[in-house]
Amino acid sequence: MTKTIDARGLSCPQPVLMFLEAVKSAGDTEFEVLVDTEASKENVSRAAESQNCKVTHIRETGDEYHLTIVK
Amino acid sequence: MTKNFWATRTGIIVVGAAIGVLAPLLQKLGNPGNMGICVACFERDISGALGFHRAAVVQYMRPEIIGFVLGSLAAALAFKDFRPRTGSAPFVRFVLGVFAMIGALVFLGCPWRALLRLAGGDLNAILGLAGLVFGIWIGTLFLKNGYNLGRTQKTHTAAGLLMPVVMLGFLVLMLIFPQIDGEPKNDILFYSLKGPGAMSAPLIISLVAGLVIGFLAQRSRFCTMGAFRDLLLFRQMHLFTGVLTLLVVAGIANLVLGQFNMGFEKQPVAHTLHLWNFAGMALAGLAFALAGGCPGRQLFLAGEGDGDAAVFVFGMIVGAGFAHNFGLASSPAGVGPHGIAAVIVGFVVCLAIGMSMRKQ
Repeated sequence: MTKTIDARGLSCPQPVLMFLEAVKSAGDTEFEVLVDTEASKENVSRAAESQNCKVTHIRETGDEYHLTIVK
Repeated sequence: MTKNFWATRTGIIVVGAAIGVLAPLLQKLGNPGNMGICVACFERDISGALGFHRAAVVQYMRPEIIGFVLGSLAAALAFKDFRPRTGSAPFVRFVLGVFAMIGALVFLGCPWRALLRLAGGDLNAILGLAGLVFGIWIGTLFLKNGYNLGRTQKTHTAAGLLMPVVMLGFLVLMLIFPQIDGEPKNDILFYSLKGPGAMSAPLIISLVAGLVIGFLAQRSRFCTMGAFRDLLLFRQMHLFTGVLTLLVVAGIANLVLGQFNMGFEKQPVAHTLHLWNFAGMALAGLAFALAGGCPGRQLFLAGEGDGDAAVFVFGMIVGAGFAHNFGLASSPAGVGPHGIAAVIVGFVVCLAIGMSMRKQ
C-alpha cells in the first residue's frame, strides 16, 4: 500500500520526522512524500537511504517535489 | 535532475573547511579575537550601529551579515531554489530570536563563535558547546512530542526579496555614512572607537567573505544547530561532519596564523563563569532548535525567501537591544547585572512555547 505524507510548507526536521514515523509503523511499503523545498527533498532522500529505503522517483511539479520511496 | 554537489558529504566538508579558513583569516585582517565570524555578535553590532542599543564598544554595521543574506540569495536564484514563503508563526519566531540572542550574549557568541573560540584555544567554549547540545537536546524532546509551528504559505516574490533588500539598504547606508576617524557617529550610523566594535577587516573583504560563505551555505544547508539536532534525533552525521571540519580546519588555521592560545583565563571577549557559559548557550540552543536553525542558517534561509527566518533575524537584532539596554549581556568582567534573571525568564518562555505549540 502507498502512504502519502504531505510535508509541504513544513521545514526541517518535520518532513523527515513524518517520513520516519511512517516507515516505522508497519504495513506500508511504498511512500509518496510531498515537499516544497529542495532542502526538504534532500533531507528526506538522505533519511530514506539511512532506513535502507530507495527513492525510486522524484517528480517535480511547479514548486513541489513528489518523492516515491520504496521500503 | 542534477545532483546538488554541496549537499553531499564531500560538499558539506568543503563548506566547513571554507568557513574554517575564512573566519581565522578575517580575524587576522582585523576582526575581533576568536570572532572572525560570529552571527550573534555581528547582529548585535548591527543593532548598535542602528542605535537600538548604545553600548559604545559594539557598534558596527557588519558587512559579513549583509553578505550572508545576499550570497544566499544569489545561490538560490542561480540554482532555482528561491522559494518566497512565510506564515509559520512569525511572532513566535521573533520571540525565539530575542531569547536566542540574550542566551548567546550571556555566553558571548553564537554556535559558530563557540566553535571558533574552541579552535582558538578558549576552553570556556567547551562549556558553551555543552550547553548548546543540552539546549538542542531539550528541543528534540519537544520535536518528538509533536512540537510544530505550522506550515508556511507561498508568498509574493517581492515579499521574499524584502530581507535581501533591507540588507542591501544597510550596505548603502554604510557607504553613504562611513566611519569618520575618531568620531562615534556619522549622521545616523553609530561606530565604536574602541572594543570589539572598533575591530574589523576591511569592508570589501568582509563583504566578499560573507557573500562566498552565504553562497556555499545556502547550497549545502550548513547549520550548526541542525548538526547536533540530527545527530540526537536521527543519529545522522551529515551536517555534523561539516561542523567538525570547521572546528578542525579553524584550529589548524589559527595555529598557522599564530592565533592559538589555550586556556580558560584572559581569552578575548569571554568570561570564565562556567555555569553561565553553559546556561546561556543552553537557552540559545533551545531557541534555535524550536526555530529550526542556528543564527547563520536563519540568515541563509532569509536570503532564499523564508520570511519567517527574516523575522527570527530581526528578533535577534531587537534581542541585542534588550540585552544591552537591560544589562543582560555578559562582558569579560562576567555576566550582566540582570543576565541570570533573563536566562531564567528565557527558559520559562521557551519551555512554554515547546510544550504548548503542538500539532493537534
